[in-house]
Amino acid sequence: MSSRLSIKLHSLQQRGQKAMGIFLTSGFPSPDDTLHLLHAIDQGGADFIELGMPHSDPLAEGLPIQHSSTTALQAGATMKSTLDAVRAFRKTSETPLLLMGYINPILKFGIRTFCTEAALAGADGFIIPDLPPQEASMLRDHAQQDRLHLVFLVAPNTSIERMKQIDQLSDGFVYCVSITGLTGTGLDGQQDTINSYLKDARHIIDKNPLMVGFGIQSHQDAKRLSKHTDGFIVGSAVIKEIKRLWGYSDLTLQKRCQKLTLFIRSLKPTL
Amino acid sequence: MTMGYDAPDQNGRFGPYGGAFVPEILIPELHAVQEAFERSWADPAFQHQYLSLLHTYVGRPTALTFAERLSHELGRGQIYLKREDLCHTGAHKINNTIGQILLALQMGKTRIIAETGAGQHGVATATVAARFGLQCIVYMGAEDMDRQALNVERMKLLGAEVRPATSGSQTLKDATNEAIRDWVSNPTDTFYIIGSVVGPHPYPMMVRTFHKIIGEEVQTQLQEKVQRSTPDAVVACVGGGSNAIGIFYPFINAPDVQMFGVEAAGEGLHGKHAATLTLGEVGVLHGAMSYLLQDQEGQISLAHSVSAGLDYPGVGPEHSYLKDLGRVHYLSETDDAALKGVSLLSRTEGIIPALETAHAIAALETIVHQMENDAVIVVNCSGRGDKDMQTIMDHL
Repeated sequence: MSSRLSIKLHSLQQRGQKAMGIFLTSGFPSPDDTLHLLHAIDQGGADFIELGMPHSDPLAEGLPIQHSSTTALQAGATMKSTLDAVRAFRKTSETPLLLMGYINPILKFGIRTFCTEAALAGADGFIIPDLPPQEASMLRDHAQQDRLHLVFLVAPNTSIERMKQIDQLSDGFVYCVSITGLTGTGLDGQQDTINSYLKDARHIIDKNPLMVGFGIQSHQDAKRLSKHTDGFIVGSAVIKEIKRLWGYSDLTLQKRCQKLTLFIRSLKPTL
Repeated sequence: MTMGYDAPDQNGRFGPYGGAFVPEILIPELHAVQEAFERSWADPAFQHQYLSLLHTYVGRPTALTFAERLSHELGRGQIYLKREDLCHTGAHKINNTIGQILLALQMGKTRIIAETGAGQHGVATATVAARFGLQCIVYMGAEDMDRQALNVERMKLLGAEVRPATSGSQTLKDATNEAIRDWVSNPTDTFYIIGSVVGPHPYPMMVRTFHKIIGEEVQTQLQEKVQRSTPDAVVACVGGGSNAIGIFYPFINAPDVQMFGVEAAGEGLHGKHAATLTLGEVGVLHGAMSYLLQDQEGQISLAHSVSAGLDYPGVGPEHSYLKDLGRVHYLSETDDAALKGVSLLSRTEGIIPALETAHAIAALETIVHQMENDAVIVVNCSGRGDKDMQTIMDHL
């Protein structure tokens, strides 16, 4: 499928560069901020964006993303406000954008309608952490029909056999969870284990590009972890930075966004 | 209509319900639990160990008590109480924690985690962890820790660490989220003892298996008392639904047995409640597809019940299936009715039931009028009310 995402990942691969994916919780700190933050992240050099649809019960998330989800929902974030932000972003940017979220709000929205609306808004696919491949048939066909990627995840305890199956079923890339833990978990003292897991995953997963995520907080982390992958994803560290910037009441929205752009730029490892 | 009932299928589906909607990290763990469960349950040595612990440690079989004065007061029906309140720790929950801790030992796990609402499952888990010398961490909603303070102290005395869940509604839903997150973070050494017929496959099936002894004992005991093994009706309260499944399951293929599940209507069905099957919609919560309480955006709603054990916006997937099949009738009773149920059973039978159980007692008034005058009705007296004395004193 020649999509925005696959073209992007392919061209980075050709140039020997690692892709940088940046996560943002839609509606955090408030729905009015989302479009501005998407542009700030885009200008910071994100190769693709993962836009989180907030959920009341996000099982795989550590505290930063849990809190950002709660804040977003309290500020009035809805599925519609997320799709509106994507639509507005897509008017001026061709940066690939995946929607990340939990299955229940999608079920409630209606899977068929959701795929249609997401595609029309300009989203490129989905990452649904509580929808492992064996439960995903309800979404996969509809996503394919609308030419949307459906990305599956592997973890350090995933068997070789299952990694192969997930590689066959995943579409867009395979998301390698760096550690057995939640988003935002520290990576201290686990570098060697992670490194050998990612090296193995690289050999097993050959159909899809490989992106590593969970726990990456700096360009040093990014450089180390993406040695064996095609790129990396940063989430909780970005959310923490946004929370920090929004804590300074004297900063204008424009200033905050400029500072976020610089932060995103700082995450990209130098070659 | 349900003759030959054999749910769940190999994917853990009860009709459209159930399944395993969990992060990838838990998939290998769920497979390992399922494999250990199926191997152990088929092993006579495991069965012997499980049954002898139920006999010598839990105190099974529990009595089936004819509630003569209650039946008289209701004016119809012959009411029997299945006395799970007499189990060690005061509720049915320990049948399941015994089974699961034996599995944890089989699997070489050293760390036990659990969620708890009313604290009964937390106490039952802390108890078996103490009995087998395993580390135990119980997640409990901060609000529940206040209203079930006695059970918090019991767990601590038993050597467990009680961790407050401070997110969301600070009740059972959030305690369950925290326990799942702990498991995601510690899959290698940790066994998650889930307290009800909820969660991802194989838990609903496994927890049912460890509780079905409740209904099986009723079959034997009724034979002795009324010379037939099936009652006319079985009644149980439903939060997640473990005590109900335990007493219903052996009768599912007996079409003459009517079954009634009683949910918490809280302040009333137009106000705050926990009547998931009565008013909920289908969705995914805590790894399974089932009925649940949610808002227009698919965010999980806060449930409400005076009884912490029923204060849950989801329900076991098998109950959703039994509802759709029409095999079980699901009713609901309010906080006020449950409190009256506590008084009724205490006054007529000298048994103070848990607030959860009291919902089933309260529903009898309706149920007896749907049955023949001399119908044999078995109520699962799922727990005793000592833990609720503070709440009862505040309300009565």
